[in-house]
Amino acid sequence: MLPRLFFGYFAAAITLISILVVTRRNPVHSVIWMLLLFFHIAGMYLFLDAEFIAAIQVIVYAGAVLVLFLFVVLLLNLREELRTERFIGSWPAGVFIAAALFAGIAAALRSFVLGPAGIYTIDFIRKATDTKALGQVLFTEYLLPFEVVSLVLLVAVIGAIVLAKKGVRG
Amino acid sequence: MMAVPLNWYLILSAVVFSIGIFGFLTRKNIIIMFLSIELMLNGVNISLIAFSHYLQDLRGQVFVFFIIAVAAAEAAIGLAIIMALFRNKSTAHVDEMSEMKG
Repeated sequence: MLPRLFFGYFAAAITLISILVVTRRNPVHSVIWMLLLFFHIAGMYLFLDAEFIAAIQVIVYAGAVLVLFLFVVLLLNLREELRTERFIGSWPAGVFIAAALFAGIAAALRSFVLGPAGIYTIDFIRKATDTKALGQVLFTEYLLPFEVVSLVLLVAVIGAIVLAKKGVRG
Repeated sequence: MMAVPLNWYLILSAVVFSIGIFGFLTRKNIIIMFLSIELMLNGVNISLIAFSHYLQDLRGQVFVFFIIAVAAAEAAIGLAIIMALFRNKSTAHVDEMSEMKG
């Protein structure tokens, strides 16, 4: 019963905070709610025996990406945002598309069958520790994607500097 | 001890993804549209971590690792584009950005 109570709290909090994020008028409030959402998602990852990903979620998402968002929100002068309309005129269409997508996924889940289990059981991960087991998979089986991701990050760093630099004309 | 079924996690992930779709389609502010994209990525991450746990396979966590790295790159580039747009247009509303040039 306890795991279900735990899941219930986290699911309710994540759903509620997600709705708050997309409906707040002030972007600063949205970013702060997003911070709380990321902490809740990290808690859910801990519940699913993914300690390393939970730490990465807090460090990279909450620590780096959201601070970047907050900087940009504060750099832009968004005083007009508090006066103008939040949603586009045809927002019921957006509600309909989102609801239809959710209904489609929920209907597809009814015929979902879980595949055969792998070798990384909970006991194995607890014995080897999550970070070590993940690192072994990452640096052997997924070494090439790992290097590609480092290239993607390099491109992002250079691209962000070039785009945000003042006075650069195509 | 009653364990949580996998489908609950998948439904939660679909809910978060749908709320992200709703925010992306209906908000005028480009920053909140970006937050909605992050919301969708997190919805997918929840389902991948749940699959990783229930299939007893670490590949789901490896995918989430890559998704977080790409999301960080996407946020850096996207926010730089927003800065450049704001310098030209002085607005964060997407419906006022209707020209390709100028």
